[in-house]
Amino acid sequence: MESILERITRGHFWDFHGGIHPPEQKTITSSKPIKQLTLPKQLIIPLQQHIGREGDLLVNIGDKVLKGQPLTLSTNPMVVPIHAPTSGTISAIKNSVIAHPSGLTQLCIFLDVDGEDTWRKREVCTDIEQLSNNQIIEKIADAGISGMGGAGFPTHIKINTKPEINFLIINGAECEPYITSDDLLMMEQSDAIVDGIKIIDKVLCPAFILIAIEDNKPKAIKALQQATAGIEKIKVCAIPTKYPAGGEKQLIQILTGREVASGSLPIHSGIVMQNIATCFAINEAVRHDTPLIRRVVTVTGRALNKPQNVWALIGTPIKFLLEQCELEPLENESQPVIMGGPMMGFCVSSELVPIVKTSNCILAPDKVEMPSAFEKESKEVECIRCGQCSDVCPSQLLPQEMQWSAKAKDYPQLDKLNLSDCIDCGACAYVCPSQIPLVHYYRIAKAEIREQQQLDLKAEKAKVRFEARKLRLEKEKIARQEKHKKAAAARKAAMNKATPEAAGAKSAVAAALARVKAKKAASNTATPSVSETQESDLATNTDNDQKSQVSAAIARAKAKRQLKNNAAVKTSESNDANASDTKTTQQQVQSETASTQPISSDDKKAKIAAAIAKAKAKKLNKSSEANSADEVDKDIVTEKPSVQDAKKAKIAAAIAKAKEKAQAKNKAGASSKADEATEPTQEVAEVSSTTTGNNEGGDSEVHSSPALDKKAKIAAAIAKAKAKKKLKEANSVESESSDNMKDLNEEEKNSSEKLSAQQPDESK
Amino acid sequence: MNIIIAILVLGSIAAFFGAILGFASVRFKVDADPIVDQLDALLPQTQCGQCGYPGCKPYAQAVADGEAINKCAPGGEDTIKKIADLMGVEVQPLDESHVQGEASKSNRPKVAFVIEEDCIGCTKCIQACPVDAIIGAAKQMHTIIIDECTGCDLCVAPCPVDCIEMRELPDTIHNWQWDLTSIPVKQLD
Repeated sequence: MESILERITRGHFWDFHGGIHPPEQKTITSSKPIKQLTLPKQLIIPLQQHIGREGDLLVNIGDKVLKGQPLTLSTNPMVVPIHAPTSGTISAIKNSVIAHPSGLTQLCIFLDVDGEDTWRKREVCTDIEQLSNNQIIEKIADAGISGMGGAGFPTHIKINTKPEINFLIINGAECEPYITSDDLLMMEQSDAIVDGIKIIDKVLCPAFILIAIEDNKPKAIKALQQATAGIEKIKVCAIPTKYPAGGEKQLIQILTGREVASGSLPIHSGIVMQNIATCFAINEAVRHDTPLIRRVVTVTGRALNKPQNVWALIGTPIKFLLEQCELEPLENESQPVIMGGPMMGFCVSSELVPIVKTSNCILAPDKVEMPSAFEKESKEVECIRCGQCSDVCPSQLLPQEMQWSAKAKDYPQLDKLNLSDCIDCGACAYVCPSQIPLVHYYRIAKAEIREQQQLDLKAEKAKVRFEARKLRLEKEKIARQEKHKKAAAARKAAMNKATPEAAGAKSAVAAALARVKAKKAASNTATPSVSETQESDLATNTDNDQKSQVSAAIARAKAKRQLKNNAAVKTSESNDANASDTKTTQQQVQSETASTQPISSDDKKAKIAAAIAKAKAKKLNKSSEANSADEVDKDIVTEKPSVQDAKKAKIAAAIAKAKEKAQAKNKAGASSKADEATEPTQEVAEVSSTTTGNNEGGDSEVHSSPALDKKAKIAAAIAKAKAKKKLKEANSVESESSDNMKDLNEEEKNSSEKLSAQQPDESK
Repeated sequence: MNIIIAILVLGSIAAFFGAILGFASVRFKVDADPIVDQLDALLPQTQCGQCGYPGCKPYAQAVADGEAINKCAPGGEDTIKKIADLMGVEVQPLDESHVQGEASKSNRPKVAFVIEEDCIGCTKCIQACPVDAIIGAAKQMHTIIIDECTGCDLCVAPCPVDCIEMRELPDTIHNWQWDLTSIPVKQLD
């Protein structure tokens, strides 16, 4: 321990492996003071600007916010809140391009600046000694401070560590060849930085504090030496300039000679490192209650007329900064803009990309100073195995080996080559004579390895969930079986009890069984008896159905037979007499069918079966007795009421009727002229009666069951319409017998009216 | 006499080693077949059943028993290669007959998504999900926990109103992949 300090005081430092000395471009901006910019018109503030997750939104579109007002809420230590960098109105909260090499969009708050720059109420803390460590950490967390060197790790986590800290290292190395933001900050704000360091000192209580500054920043070293004069604990170390001395592990090695082991953190060796800009932000947050809403950004490059360091509000679009520094617009070519340094930065995909907490440099090079940025295609050629890359690698890796494995996607081999220790410094790509973009290959491989790790984690989680589900289903199944067993046992027990209820239940079950048996027997016996009659097919249709159907069928069969007998007797009599007679028989049949109706009324199946049976029966009738068509017609009329409220049956009947009519007409044409006169009239009468019956039936259906299917009605209507058309044709042919027709029509109508009058009673 | 001594000595040695072996087989008994666990660890654990087995573990067991190694569609060539390495068999191309649905055809990871206004709350997808990644109750709208969904496709078929579709996960900076061959993105606003 002593020797480290002795060496440091003597100005002797260790060295890390490799490293490069790229041409310094710091003089472009280091001689000019940090410029205060005018307010941009609009700020685009990404919700997530650090490693971790985005916070919960606290504002809505249209809200007026004051400078320093928090915009998101931190609910979790890995969440860093963001604040309004100036006063204004939230105009939008939407996805926008962010400072990321992918050019992907993320949720951003669009703040229309009102130009007044009104602060929210601030509580200035004059004496930090009165604050407890927890209060300080809370203030740092609330101020939304994350590491401002590049990675953006939440600062309050980094300084809230328990183990004994030997060294607090303040990183002011700033090794990237262009960047001077920390340099300028140290020159101009050395007292504030030292105050910030004191705050960290109070929280962490390290044994020693080392401020590391590369020896190419003499002014900054001097400023800090003055500011820390008289403080024993703090040592300002002017380290030799070498890229990447600003890397965390490299700087620790330079200062202490210790190597941070692969996979471990500096904290494990009792070392905490903070960036200069972070120290300044901590001071602002704790003493002045000013959240992290601005930072120093080096806007540099030879494409700018006025390259300089500026105080940029978080969320300032790059375009605004480039305008302020007077970017020379290129003719017919787009200006490449690099965010970060030339070694580790990335080309931004849009000029709307905002400055975030980690952006320290905007580089707009011209063609002379950085031709590679203008090239569309890579000039990469084959590796010549020169080995320069491994000579300069600060992590002592084998970049050339790693490159081959990365190209071959051999991730296990990359793991063996310790790819995870690569700090993406770009030294290898810088020295590569074949211009291989080595770091890009490593980045791809790293991203893929990370993704694979996430997939593995997810697979593990899925496995656990799958196993849990299987277990649960198994348990549920067992529980269900047990329940069923119990219920069965309970039922059995109840049944076997000698109580009257149990006996009743028993007898009920026995009765039900008996009924089922009886039904079966009935249907078996019904089949042969009915099959003897004309309607054998009716019986076969219904024989496996309920008793009610059978009885209905029998009733109808009886009615038909009766009708036929009556008709046979009166075929010689006149038409008038016939009609009057049918009226009476109709009434008889009506009463019969009415008696059967209640049994079958609520059984749709039975109705359908009956309808089919009727249609078939009609056909049979027609073929057997061609000249006694009137009887069949009457038959239909009489049977009509029994199917009134069955939509399907109606359709079937309508179709059957239509067919039958056509048949009848054909036969009528062939039969004798005497019959000719009566047949069509009979037909008309029949159709009119059925149509009225149907209409009436339809109405009653609508009343009794409004949820009836429309389709059925439509089909029935179509069938009726067809039948009517045919009738009309028949009428025009046999107009001579119109008188007779009228008579019959009237009588049939009367009968059908009677039927329809009876209809509601039945349906009731 | 010498022969008897020799038999006794050899016999006692045999009995001694036999006892050691017997003890070892009892003392160091391995319950599960370790190869099955190793195979299970290689499988993607989507529990999709596309291989014809009810989950990844049963398929791992089957592979250990000599089943073809090229039936895991979600795992793809990588998984087949790993299994081939472990089992010491030849790498076989993926058996296309075990590729079902859209989920396994593209490389992009997909998750199921319930079109919530169409969901009738029938719970059929919940019963189908092998990893309990669907939340919902009878006659209540269902939704999918994206983080738990393995993209196995099993919930798509049972849905009576076809309100589940497989969607690709959006590109975020967390799952974004560097691609050197791609044309650099230029955002125009």
